[in-house]
Amino acid sequence: MQYLEGRKYVVQALFLVVALVFGARLFYIQVLDGSYKLAADRNTLQRIVQVPYRGLIYDRNGQLLVQNTPVYDLMVVPREVKQLDTARFCQLLQLPLEEVRENLKAARKYSRVKASPLVQNLSTPELAAIQDNLIDFPGFSIKARMARSYKTENMAHALGYVGAITPAFLEKPKYAKYLPGDNLGITGLESFYESVLMGRRGVQYRMVNVRGIEKGAFRNGEFDTLSVAGQDLHTSIDIELQKYGEMLMQGKRGSIVALDPKTGEILAMVSAPMYEPSILTGKGMGNRYMELLNNPERPLFNRPLMATYPPGSVFKMVNELVALQMGVVTPETPFDCNWKLVRCTHRHEAPRNVTIAIKNSCNPYFYQVMRASVLRGRSTNRFEDARLGLAEWRRQVMSFGLGSKLGVDMASEKKGMIPSPEFYDKAYGYHRWGYKTVYSLSIGQGEIGITGLQMANIMATIANRGYYYTPHFVRGIGQGGPLPEYTQRHVTTVDPKYFETVIPGMQAVVDGRGGTGNFASLAQFGISVAGKTGTVQNPHGDDHATFAAFAPAEDPKIAIAVFIENAGFGGTSAAPLASLMIEKYLRGKVVRKKWEYWLQGSADKFVKRR
Amino acid sequence: MALPARYSRSIDWVTVGIYALMVGLGWLNVYAASYSPEAPAGGLFSGLSFQELMAFNWFKQILWIATAVVLIVILVVIDYKAYDTFAFVLYGTMIALLLITPFIARPIAGSRSWLELGPVRLQPAEFAKFITALAVSRYMASINLRQQNFRDQMVLAGLTLLPPLLIVAANETGQALVFGAFLLAYFREGMSPLILIILAAAGAILILALLVPKLWLVGAFTTILALVFAANPKVLRHHLPLSLSVWAVVVGMVFGVDFFFNNVLQDHQRKRIEVLINPSADPLGVGWNVTQSKIAIGSGGLVGKGFLQGTQTKFDFVPEQSTDFIFCTVGEEWGWVGTMVVVVLFMALLARVLFVAERQKSVFGRTYGYCVASIIFFHFAINIGMTIGLAPVVGIPLPLFSYGGSSLWSFTTLLFILLAIDAYRKQDLVR
Repeated sequence: MQYLEGRKYVVQALFLVVALVFGARLFYIQVLDGSYKLAADRNTLQRIVQVPYRGLIYDRNGQLLVQNTPVYDLMVVPREVKQLDTARFCQLLQLPLEEVRENLKAARKYSRVKASPLVQNLSTPELAAIQDNLIDFPGFSIKARMARSYKTENMAHALGYVGAITPAFLEKPKYAKYLPGDNLGITGLESFYESVLMGRRGVQYRMVNVRGIEKGAFRNGEFDTLSVAGQDLHTSIDIELQKYGEMLMQGKRGSIVALDPKTGEILAMVSAPMYEPSILTGKGMGNRYMELLNNPERPLFNRPLMATYPPGSVFKMVNELVALQMGVVTPETPFDCNWKLVRCTHRHEAPRNVTIAIKNSCNPYFYQVMRASVLRGRSTNRFEDARLGLAEWRRQVMSFGLGSKLGVDMASEKKGMIPSPEFYDKAYGYHRWGYKTVYSLSIGQGEIGITGLQMANIMATIANRGYYYTPHFVRGIGQGGPLPEYTQRHVTTVDPKYFETVIPGMQAVVDGRGGTGNFASLAQFGISVAGKTGTVQNPHGDDHATFAAFAPAEDPKIAIAVFIENAGFGGTSAAPLASLMIEKYLRGKVVRKKWEYWLQGSADKFVKRR
Repeated sequence: MALPARYSRSIDWVTVGIYALMVGLGWLNVYAASYSPEAPAGGLFSGLSFQELMAFNWFKQILWIATAVVLIVILVVIDYKAYDTFAFVLYGTMIALLLITPFIARPIAGSRSWLELGPVRLQPAEFAKFITALAVSRYMASINLRQQNFRDQMVLAGLTLLPPLLIVAANETGQALVFGAFLLAYFREGMSPLILIILAAAGAILILALLVPKLWLVGAFTTILALVFAANPKVLRHHLPLSLSVWAVVVGMVFGVDFFFNNVLQDHQRKRIEVLINPSADPLGVGWNVTQSKIAIGSGGLVGKGFLQGTQTKFDFVPEQSTDFIFCTVGEEWGWVGTMVVVVLFMALLARVLFVAERQKSVFGRTYGYCVASIIFFHFAINIGMTIGLAPVVGIPLPLFSYGGSSLWSFTTLLFILLAIDAYRKQDLVR
């Protein structure tokens, strides 16, 4: 028997080996491998995001423009749907059978036990129609949430719209805090001020059991954050003026920009053709968006910020001011109306001074003004002379905020184009071009391009006699006052005293006998309008009509630029339209109804067919 | 029934101490597993009525522990010779009970193995363990296993295999597997080690056949055999028929695994083995249990989340958390420190039981002691092994820790019969 006693060690060794294996394995899964801790948190922690109330948007007089109203999503839990009477259900929802079937399929694919939206963005009346009957359809429920709604039918371009975040956005680090299905501002102010409007999301961590039933806050809410409502935007838009402008632009293509020159605040910004902001909200928004996108009139294109055109004759003032600053001309410098240099618009009295030249929009006069600015004999080589002269001329022109973004609080702004010597070098070759090549710039034609906003800003700059504030939509966020970046003066290179010398000419355009902008006269109300007509040559069709002005001339309260595509001469269409806007803004009402009647309809009627 | 003088001194208090510690810690974890953070007022002094308290496992476990104490007193007061004398009577009664149980028991969780006596539910299979242990020990004392008497061996095998066969018939496969543990006790008493080696080899071959492509396995085995013969040609000459039949059996097993796996095993048993090899094989079924059990234990870290702070067990991610998966609660709330305390306690208990067994002068006492150690070890190895993914999911409890009256009573009886026998060992010497 003695030798069997040794076998107890075999048994003991077996026990010990198993214990050691357990000890090692437990050490591995409990201490070394962290993945089990993550898996445990994934099991039990549910993150609930509270979306805060989005900030409201007001006009300059405190009128509410954009608000939040509850919309309702019809949710479905596919597993709970029993014997669905599809025909009655579709009739109730007023949706085609196909769509309901497809959405149900998608919901089933997402999850059989979790609720997913079947129909989104039902309005309150739509909800009322189905809510009472919903009890007959197990598995369906209503979830309320907040969506944008609009108290105005206007300024859709400036307001922008709110929509669901796209997968492409979600990948960008800037949008790391967003989840699929979240809404955000996509264009316009909604997009530019997204961070202000959205507020701060609240997050709650809840513990759930194996069936997903809540079991209370995680660590007594230690990691929870409260949501903070978004801040309101107080815009500088005068919604009545905006509405009036959109009414006048009905049936046309083009833009209106009206600024308060004393602050740079945008009073109205019209992009025609327009659409109602409520189109891009609610049920069926996606389809309506595609309709707008595919519309050949391009209603989604925000013209005052994105369309760049040659400014036409309005640019002549900038040309003159730069020449005065350079000292190459004086206000009294006469040039002859020499049609051999460039054709003039019409026969008129001799341009003995700048006032007569502006009043008659004399092309040869400004041809010679710019030639004096550019060709100054800095080099014996006439090509080099033109290069040096154009570079200096361009530097001063750009101080008016041209050829670069003004910095308006909207993302889509284009910078336009003031051609540089290098641009012409590239096009024609170094020392292969001279003043004769670029002279079109002197009358605002050719390679130059500016936006409607920049055109209005030129008027604001002249109205202020030499400086401007960055045009902007928002006067204040929440309780706050003007934003610091918009209270800073931008001074041009031109001395204020020279501005005074071009204003009489602009007044003569409107109120002088035979001025090109006589239709814009508000003399009957004792308001002196300083303006300039423009006709932009258009190689693709009828010329574009422009008119830019500010009023009252002695104490300007409004600067405006009107651009009507394919409406021909600026004096017949753009000028009276601008004057109506000025009348509306300065007097609060419009009595010159004949001009409203005159401006009705499309741009075609203003074009004289030869 | 006269107790010897200074009887209390001859009780092995070390074992009693370890036992008490384990039952106490077990109760704490049963309390944690049945604790609900929403109704923390379910304490002992919360003014709930007896009926209401009976809804809580931790409260019922207090009753089981109290009755187990009464049981202990009875077990040690009974004359030690009674266990020897009545071993076969008990065995016969138990066999009868196992035979009739499937016919009178209501089906619970897929098996007809629970007898209901009023409010108390008992599982005869639990008690079959210590009764069989007594019977085989008694028989062992009367034979000499080493002499390879075929008839004796067959009787012993019959005594050992009859209860598990009846238990399998009642669909409690897990409890039946426990009887395999008796082989360890027989080994100590002189059974040929070849049986253990062959069984271990067969197990290894089955597992390898599931993990490794079969042709590789056969090729590797053939090569090894060929190398042995090449090194020692004499072996080939003397043992050719044996060698060939061993080769044939192994190859047959390798290729028979699929048949065994698909045709012999029941569906749920097959899944449990599949999950052991690949936990993602049945992620929402058996794999769920194993995965969630590992997550619960693994998330405990070094020192655990603290008493009553476990989230995986509280929120029902782990099934059967107060019975078969009680080790998850230990792992989650007490961390590696806690699980090691449990493992060390089991080692201490097993070591002490082996020590007690070895000091018995009678074959009966020693065999019984080894049976006790083997049964406890088997439960320990399989139960903890399954919670950490090292053993297939077999529905057997963790001794002295898991909630349940039958289980606690059965292990208490198993252990304290040994202590009673041990207390009288000096008398035995005199006899």
